[in-house]
Amino acid sequence: MKIHEYQAKAILARYGVPIPRGEMAHTLPEAGEIARRLGGTVVVKAQIHAGGRGKGGGVKLARSAEEAEQVAGQMIGMRLVTHQTGPEGRIVKRLLVEEGLEIAREMYLGLVIDRAAERPVLMVSPAGGMEIEKVAAETPHLIFKAYIDPATGLMPFQARGLAFSLGLSGAAARKAAEVMSKVFETFMATDASLVEINPLVVTASGDILALDAKMNFDDNALFRHPSIKEFRDFDEEDPLEIDASNYSLNYIRLDGNIGCMVNGAGLAMATMDIIKLAGGEPANFLDVGGGANADQIRNAVRILTSDRNVRAVFVNIFGGILRCDILAEGLVAAVKELNVALPIVIRMEGTNVERGKQMLRDSGLNFTTADAMDQAAAAVVKLAGGR
Amino acid sequence: MAVLLDKSTRLLVQGLTGREGTFHAKAAAAYGTTIVGGVTPGKGGTNHEGWPIFNTVHQAVAETGANASLIFVPPAAAGDTVMEAVDAGLALVVCITEGIPTLDMMKVVTFMRGKPTRLVGPNCPGVISPGKAKAGIIPGHICLEGRVGIVSRSGTLTYEAIQQTTQLGYGQTTCIGIGGDPIIGTTFVDALRLFNADPQTEVVVMIGEIGGTAEEEAAAFIAREFTKPVVSFIAGQTAPPGRRMGHAGAIIAGGKGTAAEKMAALAAAGVRVVRSPAEIGAAVKAVL
Repeated sequence: MKIHEYQAKAILARYGVPIPRGEMAHTLPEAGEIARRLGGTVVVKAQIHAGGRGKGGGVKLARSAEEAEQVAGQMIGMRLVTHQTGPEGRIVKRLLVEEGLEIAREMYLGLVIDRAAERPVLMVSPAGGMEIEKVAAETPHLIFKAYIDPATGLMPFQARGLAFSLGLSGAAARKAAEVMSKVFETFMATDASLVEINPLVVTASGDILALDAKMNFDDNALFRHPSIKEFRDFDEEDPLEIDASNYSLNYIRLDGNIGCMVNGAGLAMATMDIIKLAGGEPANFLDVGGGANADQIRNAVRILTSDRNVRAVFVNIFGGILRCDILAEGLVAAVKELNVALPIVIRMEGTNVERGKQMLRDSGLNFTTADAMDQAAAAVVKLAGGR
Repeated sequence: MAVLLDKSTRLLVQGLTGREGTFHAKAAAAYGTTIVGGVTPGKGGTNHEGWPIFNTVHQAVAETGANASLIFVPPAAAGDTVMEAVDAGLALVVCITEGIPTLDMMKVVTFMRGKPTRLVGPNCPGVISPGKAKAGIIPGHICLEGRVGIVSRSGTLTYEAIQQTTQLGYGQTTCIGIGGDPIIGTTFVDALRLFNADPQTEVVVMIGEIGGTAEEEAAAFIAREFTKPVVSFIAGQTAPPGRRMGHAGAIIAGGKGTAAEKMAALAAAGVRVVRSPAEIGAAVKAVL
């Protein structure tokens, strides 16, 4: 799960990571009021779940409360397009208004789980404010890492070492090491999957602060963090994806015209791949899971056919535990109930497959059945109007 | 021969009294697997479907001589359950549970270092040695005892590979679903090592997917010391970056973990990489 910058900063602050003074605003008057309270120059930052906001006009300075209100007026409701949002961008609904700071240095700090090492890795770089992927590709010697033993946590010598590799000394090095240990504490306590502070800054007065903050969380661990779960912002998600998640369906909307319904994440990805190989474009990823029931099948059909781009549907099921006759029954009922007129190509394999196919043929509905995945893919691509 | 599971396996089911546990324990027993009992804390001393239930794994091992365990315990408790099985010294632990927090699994693998237990999973369909035994949810009737070793991060794609190699009459030695999570017990390299040492396994089908670098590590291992032909399919060639594709571990993050990188690494190691999952069987035929 992703959260906004202002929420990430609030969480980090709770664990003692220094952040600039600031508050979130929904409206122009709120933004002006916060700026007045903060006094002096403020920074107004659009809150969307994507990076690269500065370049798209989502981060601006304001020298007074009036100017802050004016800037807020330009930002709230704007369609902010960055390299991470795609061409459709995101509508800005929340702003973070923060005190302006005099910055002496910008650095990078990131913490993730390294899958191969099976442990957290803390990464810092003196090349702050830049995209870390770019730093890694062009100047990898400017990234310093510490692998953290889960049994001991981040050791003081590791944090110290990283602070020195950032070129810090004296009080600044001490403060940076402290920030690192608090970021690690936050990460572990909240089941984060990513903490990124870019930039981590040294101010003119020698303080170290998280000027920006990004946090992602492990979806599987949200059950033990109800307060973080509340940060979920439905405005940042596709309405069909939210709809699907209410029925434990794993749905991701894509931009093609062939709707897919598959059991199992691997087969669902492979189905997208085989459609593309046959010259078509998948409209979605949809995993109905290993034990889908009639209700889930109906909702799956409803959700994937409510995407207006969809011209044909590909159902690809390997019935292991999910029996093919049960699937066929659910599919026939759903298509009848929802009056789906789109052509549907079904490829089924596994338990009770012959009975399932017979039920589909007997239904009189717009079904095409195929035995092999590649034949099914070719058929559905043709029906969707491609190739 | 087979790897991990055979006729000498004495399987314990942790979470046997639950709905999933009961269903799959019965299916495994019907397949010919020796199931010696179950563990459900608080239900020790009772019987379930004719099997004795114990409060702890230690007790169950002492009384039944179990040497392997199959876990169907909800995600919040599953990490602890795996560690209990490891602590009891079982040789093999297969964890089916999907949705275990990553930090819990990190604790599990840290706990396991230096201990002799092999963990398969979590978030996997388990293991089957056709004609011998199964620990997990892979449907037995699509399998055929034979000569192909299968290892996969995806459940249903494992079934596809099984079906295709069964239809061609080759059959399988052992099929291992290693799971779709970012941190897992048995990796591709571990599974390949087992198949390398198994004289009956003549070819290996390896099914990977986007996310992480496990396929690249397997490619390096294959180039260095694997002696048998390998056929591979990587799912997610068309997956958008930054989105988690169903499995917790299937995500292209920071431009890393793409199918293209994995396919290139495997091809460079001499693996026959197919672009479509429908071509797995034909590729096995071509290399045998």
